[in-house]
Amino acid sequence: MLESIIQNIINALQWGSFYALIALGYTLVYGVLTLINFAHGDVFMVGAYIAFFVSTFFLSALALPGWVALALCIPLTMILTAMVGVTLERIAYRPLRKKGAHRLYVVITALMCGLILEHANLAILGASRKAFPPLIEVHVYNIGGVTFTNLKVAVIITAILVFLFLHWVVTKTRVGMAMRAISYDKFAVPLMGIPLDQIIVVTFVLGSGFAGLAGLLFAMSYPVLDPYMGALIGWKAFIAAVVGGIGDIRGAFLGGFLLGAVEIMVVAFFPSTFRDLIAFSVLLMILTWKPTGLFGIAKTTKI
Amino acid sequence: MLRRYSVHLALALTGGTIIYCAYQEYLSLYIMSILMFMGVNIILSTSLNLVNGYMGEFSCGHAGFMCVGAYVSSMLGVWLFAKDKVFGAAVLDPEYALYAFPLIILTGGVAAALAGVLVAVPSYKTRGDYLAIITIAANFIIISTIENIGAIGGSRGFMGMKRLVNSMEDVVELPWMPIWVFVFTIFSIWVIRRYVSSTFGKGVSAISQDEVAAEIMSVNTNKMKTITFMLSSGLAGIAGGLFAYILGYVNPGSFNIMKSTEVLVMVYLGGMGSLSGSVLSAILFTLLLESFRFIIPVINDFAHQFHLISPDYDISQVWRWVLIPLLLIILMQFRPEGIMGNRELGDIFPRLKRFYRFK
Repeated sequence: MLESIIQNIINALQWGSFYALIALGYTLVYGVLTLINFAHGDVFMVGAYIAFFVSTFFLSALALPGWVALALCIPLTMILTAMVGVTLERIAYRPLRKKGAHRLYVVITALMCGLILEHANLAILGASRKAFPPLIEVHVYNIGGVTFTNLKVAVIITAILVFLFLHWVVTKTRVGMAMRAISYDKFAVPLMGIPLDQIIVVTFVLGSGFAGLAGLLFAMSYPVLDPYMGALIGWKAFIAAVVGGIGDIRGAFLGGFLLGAVEIMVVAFFPSTFRDLIAFSVLLMILTWKPTGLFGIAKTTKI
Repeated sequence: MLRRYSVHLALALTGGTIIYCAYQEYLSLYIMSILMFMGVNIILSTSLNLVNGYMGEFSCGHAGFMCVGAYVSSMLGVWLFAKDKVFGAAVLDPEYALYAFPLIILTGGVAAALAGVLVAVPSYKTRGDYLAIITIAANFIIISTIENIGAIGGSRGFMGMKRLVNSMEDVVELPWMPIWVFVFTIFSIWVIRRYVSSTFGKGVSAISQDEVAAEIMSVNTNKMKTITFMLSSGLAGIAGGLFAYILGYVNPGSFNIMKSTEVLVMVYLGGMGSLSGSVLSAILFTLLLESFRFIIPVINDFAHQFHLISPDYDISQVWRWVLIPLLLIILMQFRPEGIMGNRELGDIFPRLKRFYRFK
C-alpha cells in the first residue's frame, strides 16, 4: 500500500515536471505581455524534434558516446528552440503589437503559429513517428518495492532547478525587475529607459529554451515523437499555469505538479479514459473556488 | 416600401434559388454540402461573436456546445424516428419526422444552452483569460464525457441520422437539409441582431466596455452574462445538430479544440462585434478551406514542372493547414482589426443603407 502510494507520488512528480516546465514558459510570457502564447505547446514539440535531430547527428554522424552527446545536446536544443520562439515573436507577434492590435488578435496569431508548426512538421517529416535514440543507459533502482529510474529523478531535479533559476531571475536580477515592471505598467516602462523589446526577447528566450529542455527530457522518457505531441500537453500545461495563477512563477510550477498528481491519481483508481474528464473537472472546481488561481492576486478594478 | 422589404426579398430569392437548384440537382452534392457547411459556420461564428465580440469575453470552447447540440439532437431524432441498435425500434412513425425535425434541432439547442450554464456561472466571478481557460476546460470535459459513454458509441461516434433525413424526403420530395440549414442560419442571425439591438441587449456591449460601470448603471451583469452565454451556446447547439444531420455521423473527435479554433478564427477574421463581418468571414473561410483542395494539386504540378522540389516528394493536403494559418497571419498583419472591424456592412458603405433596412 505504502509502496504504491510512494510509487504514484514519484510518477506524479515526473509527469508533473513536464507540465511545470511548459507552464513556466506560458506564465513567463503571459506575465510580461499578457499574451497567451498558444504556440508554446508546439514549441515544446519542435524542441523534442530538434533534440532528435541533434542527438542522432551526434550519435551516428560523429559517433560520440552517449553522455557527451547528451551534454552537447542540452545546450544546443535549448538554443535552437529559443531561436524558434524568438522568431515567432519577431515575425508574428511584434508587428501586431506595434500596430496596436487588440490583444486577442495576437492570441489568434499565436494559435495560427502553433498550427503552422504542427502541420509543417507533419508535411515535411511525414506522419511516421520517430524513435528517439537512447542517450544514456537507463538504470532501474528498486528500493523497498518502489521502482524508479535515473531518468525520472533527473527530470524531477531538472524541473526544480529550472523553477529555482527562473524564480531567481524574476525576483533577484535586473532583467527580472524589468519584466515585473513591464507587467505592472507597459506604457511607463519605456519612459524609464527600459528597452521593452529586448526584455520581451529575453522572456521568449527563457520560455522557449526551457520548453526545448522539456522536449528533450520528454523525448528521452517517452522516446516516440509525433507532430501532435505538443498540442494536448500544451493546452493542459496552460490550464495548469492558470490554475496556479498565471503570471506567477510559483503558480505555474505548483499548477504543473498539481495537474500531474491529479492525472496520475485518476489513472491509479479509474480507467485511464477518465483521466482528462476528472482532471479538468478538478481544475474547474479549483478555478470556481479561487477564480484567479492559487497564487493569483485579484485585481481591483477602478472606473 | 422596397427599402423595407428588400432584405426579405433578397433572402427569399437566394434561399429559393439554392433550394431550387438542389431540387433540380443542378448543383452537385459536393457543392451542396459546402453550402450547408457554410450555413453551419455562419451560425457558429455569429453566435461566438455574441460572446467574444459583443460581450468582450474570450470564450474558446465553442465546439463543446456544438457537440452537446449535435449529440442530443441526433440521439433524440434516432430514438424517435429511426430503427437503431442502441435505441431499438422507432418510437413514432417516421412520417412525423418531417414535422418534428425543427423541434429536434431546437431541443439540441436547448440542451447546449443548458451546458452553457457550465461556463456562465463561473463567469460571474471570473473574467478575461481565466474565463478562457474555463471554456477550454468545458470543451475538454464535454468531449471526454461523451467519449466515456460507451452506449452511444464513445469515441467511435454515433450514426443513423441519414435514415431520418431519408424518411423526411420520403414524405415530401424536397431537399430538406438545405432548407433547414438555410432557415436556421437566417433565424440565428435574426435572433442575434434582435438581441444586441434591443434595449435589454445594450447591456451586452455595456459589459464589454466596462463591467463595473455597467453594474453601477443598473445592468444586471450576472443575468446578462447567463442569458448571453446560454443564447450563444444554444445557437452553437443548433449548428451542431444541423452539422450532425448533414454528415449523418458524429464523433466526439470532430468537436475538439481544433474546431473551436476554427470558429475563433472566423470571428476574429471577420472583426469583433460585427455581425456582417462574421457572416462574411464564415463564407470566406469555408471557401478558403475547400479551395485549397484544388489549389494544392496545382501548386504541386507547378513545383514539379519547374523542378522546385524533388520528384519523389508530393505537396499533399497536409500543406493546407500550413498555408491557411499562414494566409491568416499575413491577413492579420495587414488588417489587425479583422475584415470589418467592429462596423457593419451599412457603416462601411453608407449608401447601401438607402436600399435596405435590417433590424
